[in-house]
Amino acid sequence: MNQAHTTLNDSGTSRGMRGWLTADIPRSRWQARASAWYHGWLEFKANRLALLGLCILVALVLIAIFAPWLSPHDPYAQSLSNRLLPLGSEGHLLGTDSLGRDLLSRMIYGSRITLYIVALVALIAPVAGLLMGTVAGYVGGWTDTVLMRITDIFLAFPRLVLALAFVAALGAGIENAVLAIALTAWPPYARIARAETLTIRSSDYISAVKLQGAGTLRIIVKHIWPLCIASLIVRITLDMAGIILAAAGLGFLGLGARPPSPEWGAMIAEGRRFILDHWWVATMPGLAIFTVSLAFNLLGDGLRDLLDPKSHSK
Amino acid sequence: MKRSSFLYFRKLLPNASRRAALRNITVAAVASVVIAPVLLVIPAQQTQAATPDNMLVIANRIDDITTLDPAQSFEFAGSDVIRNVYGKLVNFNPGDLNAGYEPDLAESWEVSEDGMTITFTMRDGVNFHSGNPVTAQDVEFSLRRVIMLEKTPSFILTQFGFTKDNIADTIKADGNTVSITTDKKYATSFVLNCLTATIGSIVDMKTVMANEVDGDLGNEWLKTNSAGSGAYKVVSWKPNESVTLQANDDFYKGAPAMKRVIVRHIQESATQRLLLEKGDVDVARNLNPEDVAGITGKEGIKVHNELRGRLMYISMNQKHPVLSNPKVVEAIKYLIDYEGMQNSFLKGQYTVHQNFLPQTYLGAIDDKPYSFNIEKAKALLEEAGVGEFEIEAGVREAQERIEIAQTLQNAMAQVGITLKITVGTGKQILTRYRARELDLYVGAWGPDYPDPQTNAGTFAFNPDNSDEIKATGLLAYRNAWEPGALGEKTAAAVTEGDVEKRRAMYEEIQREFLTTAPFAIMFQQIEQAGMGDSVSNLVLGGAITAASYWPVTK
Amino acid sequence: METPSAQAEPKSGDGVSNNRRSEPPAPSATTASGSRWFLIKFLKTLGSIAITMLGLLFVTFIIGRVMPIDPVISIVGERATKEVYDAAYQEMGLDKPVLVQFLYYLGDVVRGDFGTSYLNGRPVSEDIRRVFPATLELATIGTLIGIIVGVPLGMIAAVKRDSWIDQVARVVALVGYSMPIFWLGLVGLLVFYGILGWVGGPGRVGIFYVDMVPPVTGMILIDSALDGQWEIFRDAVSHIILPASILGYYSLAYISRMTRSFMLEQLNAEYVTTARVKGLSEWAVIWRHAFSNIKVQLITVIALSYAGLLEGSVLTEIIFAWPGIGSYITTALLSADMNAVLGGTVVVGLVFVCLNVLSDLLYSFFDPRAK
Repeated sequence: MNQAHTTLNDSGTSRGMRGWLTADIPRSRWQARASAWYHGWLEFKANRLALLGLCILVALVLIAIFAPWLSPHDPYAQSLSNRLLPLGSEGHLLGTDSLGRDLLSRMIYGSRITLYIVALVALIAPVAGLLMGTVAGYVGGWTDTVLMRITDIFLAFPRLVLALAFVAALGAGIENAVLAIALTAWPPYARIARAETLTIRSSDYISAVKLQGAGTLRIIVKHIWPLCIASLIVRITLDMAGIILAAAGLGFLGLGARPPSPEWGAMIAEGRRFILDHWWVATMPGLAIFTVSLAFNLLGDGLRDLLDPKSHSK
Repeated sequence: MKRSSFLYFRKLLPNASRRAALRNITVAAVASVVIAPVLLVIPAQQTQAATPDNMLVIANRIDDITTLDPAQSFEFAGSDVIRNVYGKLVNFNPGDLNAGYEPDLAESWEVSEDGMTITFTMRDGVNFHSGNPVTAQDVEFSLRRVIMLEKTPSFILTQFGFTKDNIADTIKADGNTVSITTDKKYATSFVLNCLTATIGSIVDMKTVMANEVDGDLGNEWLKTNSAGSGAYKVVSWKPNESVTLQANDDFYKGAPAMKRVIVRHIQESATQRLLLEKGDVDVARNLNPEDVAGITGKEGIKVHNELRGRLMYISMNQKHPVLSNPKVVEAIKYLIDYEGMQNSFLKGQYTVHQNFLPQTYLGAIDDKPYSFNIEKAKALLEEAGVGEFEIEAGVREAQERIEIAQTLQNAMAQVGITLKITVGTGKQILTRYRARELDLYVGAWGPDYPDPQTNAGTFAFNPDNSDEIKATGLLAYRNAWEPGALGEKTAAAVTEGDVEKRRAMYEEIQREFLTTAPFAIMFQQIEQAGMGDSVSNLVLGGAITAASYWPVTK
Repeated sequence: METPSAQAEPKSGDGVSNNRRSEPPAPSATTASGSRWFLIKFLKTLGSIAITMLGLLFVTFIIGRVMPIDPVISIVGERATKEVYDAAYQEMGLDKPVLVQFLYYLGDVVRGDFGTSYLNGRPVSEDIRRVFPATLELATIGTLIGIIVGVPLGMIAAVKRDSWIDQVARVVALVGYSMPIFWLGLVGLLVFYGILGWVGGPGRVGIFYVDMVPPVTGMILIDSALDGQWEIFRDAVSHIILPASILGYYSLAYISRMTRSFMLEQLNAEYVTTARVKGLSEWAVIWRHAFSNIKVQLITVIALSYAGLLEGSVLTEIIFAWPGIGSYITTALLSADMNAVLGGTVVVGLVFVCLNVLSDLLYSFFDPRAK
């Protein structure tokens, strides 16, 4: 593959698990695949920033899972007499918001919403894009023209406006926000998938499958999709940050989660009224959004280096 | 393979030239990185400036303005503008709002014996901005125009029985007098109070008709222009940006001290505060309680408090099977933390008020029988036997309203009611409210004209509750509530000529409303405007009218 | 060789607007050459623009009609009587079938009439003439900052790959991608205007300069300079610099990343190696060969990022009270002021499509592989 791998091979002794993973000549398909993954991991590990991103995200997932145990208070418990407490107040490490709710607890619970949104969008948008792109690319002709024209129309839309319109039409709420963001996120995936399909379509491999009598649907699903997925995954990871920011933007405009959900964007919107005297109310959720989307970007950047042969370093 | 050979070659290259190239790029980059902040600093000295002495600059939310035509304008910011641009037959004196209406363009008036005709005698020597004299003809034109145009606020006049067909007889100029004749006898104060509303503005007939297009009576032109006789004329209105007014030095009460008034649309409280602190604006009208607390005591800034007419209320849709139970309605009135909210996120800007007539209105009472009492609410709900249930509240995306809703949600959760809060834009929520689709509505109501009928006629009056009638202007209708006898009493109160009797009638109506109506009126607004120390005599209009700029000095 | 920068993802002003318009346009495979090739290409392009715009209009129109906001309320207000309401309802043609309404609208648009805004009763085209220059001004300065800082940064990062400066550039860019821009604007306003007082506040000029400059282009910087009002010019600079810098940071992040990746590709190419072996100075290699080769790609990237900013960075405009097209469309949308939304969307869509086509054309002209 490239130099980096060879050096690593040399340094790794051929003993035990690692030996099996780094063997020069794999003895089974499974070993070959595991070995490739392991090499990838080694290379990825060398990218400290990407590793940092991964760590933050793992931490975020853990925080979301263990939210009830981690948060010091009920995120919804109000106390009008204890409102807008400053950072480091007794019992409220990050202070309280306008209704006297504990900010730290709300941020911890907010991680669940963020992950929920990101996960759903990351499921819906690429699949929709993949479907459009591969069908357009494989079938070609009029289908291609029509599908790509639709893609272009959605691309030409001001994105926030499209998302806003959608949420306005369906009503505020997380599910609708997810749908709205997915609606604005799919066209680039469709384009990537189409481009990949075009290169794959004419390959000998596909011709061979076709000769065996495979139908169009089967070829697309079984043979083209798997080949498109690598480039899509990189793209998704890089888009995650954008999705988070989009969700936060909708929340900020009051079109995200319903109150009293501790959605981070909505928390900024709530806290922005007090930015001058109680700056932490808006700043803390902002930092959380920033940290998580940075983590996704670091990870995505690392993955790109790893999976995209053109930008291989070393 | 390609790559490794490249690496191999690269190693062979002499390093010196590469470094030189690098240095050049680095210099370029560093230079640009340095230049950007410098650009930031250069204008710094220029930004510290105060507004000129003869100019009043106000930060306000003015995105509600849709037109500046007094026959059509029906929004807060628009009425501020129009009050300063147009004269009316009778008007309020900003120096003494409690005195009630007094002569403005009409010098005096007489009421006929049957109480149906009022004849106004015009003041002499008042001119419009155009130089044309203000005549009885202009008054006739202006009032008839309202009826002919049939815009939304026209009901303020048509409720007296004026129609397109009868205005030739009912609104008539004669020499320097003009008379109006109502369809029956109304309290004179009711009629005159209505004429102090924006709709009662007198426009310059000649100028307006000169700008008429397709028989629109100048409606299009007046959207963005002015033809009044007031203290100011409109220079420009840029939607969502600003309104600029220029003083009318020939104003009959004397030239205003502020030669130019600029009202600039600033959405954010924090932004308004920063502008005020920097001296970029003289007045900031939408400061939230935290920002008011922040500027209180700062040098050169004062806070002006004025009780306004706006009410904050929660209403319960009577179409909902559970909410139509009077015990449930009462229970919800006990689930509102009036004091808690007044003393926290509404601090200083809303005062607890539980009746539909704002304080300072004729017939206003100060009864406050409800307070936050979870136990009582629980008992009432048990009595009602409704068990646990879920309802939906509609709120427009204004933080204080969302917080009121969340406070209620919190209290309701403790008695087994799940409150789903739907947040949307004003128009979105309003659409559903008017369609009678919301279970609960958390919102505000501002009076349309300074007479008790303005609120009584919408909160406690709903003659036909059927779905087809679509009387969506009435709040009682929007909540599918039939006030029954209360509605008749409300109708009777407008025809009572004796002021004291009329007052007593409204007091009685409100006491009954308080216990039976599916409305939990919570607060009355106190406007807190931050202003520069030197600004004096700015009156925002109290509960009855809009702001007056002409007495202001700086 | 595939098209470069498959991962190009221009990120524009707001979080939401990132990652649209992906890869640079795929090179056309047309073999015909010269003017005929150009003509066919031109006609095709025109046709596709028309179809795209038609679709855009249709989708927007449908969204407007299904939105559960009653546009009549925007006109008559919430307290209108039934008669007033019904009259307005008919006047707006809302009683006709949706498709008929759309065709009527289309007819008007073709004649250049975008209708009147329900919200302020003014012609939409007049509104757009007022708000678009504000966005244009902001986006242009933002993009300039992005270019001036981003291109050199990306170049250094590529040439000094894996050095500390490359890492710094990477972090700078990734931080730019990750920042919630409305939050950055809020904090920026607080620090630079509120605390330090270095910049002007929200809005385009200080309040007492409002209406003092005769509008020629609608861009205050240019208008005040044309009018020789340097004081207003300085004031306008102090107002634009913060929002422009924030948008500039966003476009800088994108431009620097893309510059780096284009440069790397060139520096890794064989001809560069050959040039080096031939003894050309590194300076010459970088500037004369590598950089001149990425120029076209770079223009594409810049055009895309510019288009992103031009569609109006809604959140930035809201935070800075900037009366641009983004906040115009948003406000209109939330009040169901569909004429305004449609007009705004058409303009933004057209700008986007045109910039896209322009960079597409540039690309196929200059890139030898594309022909």
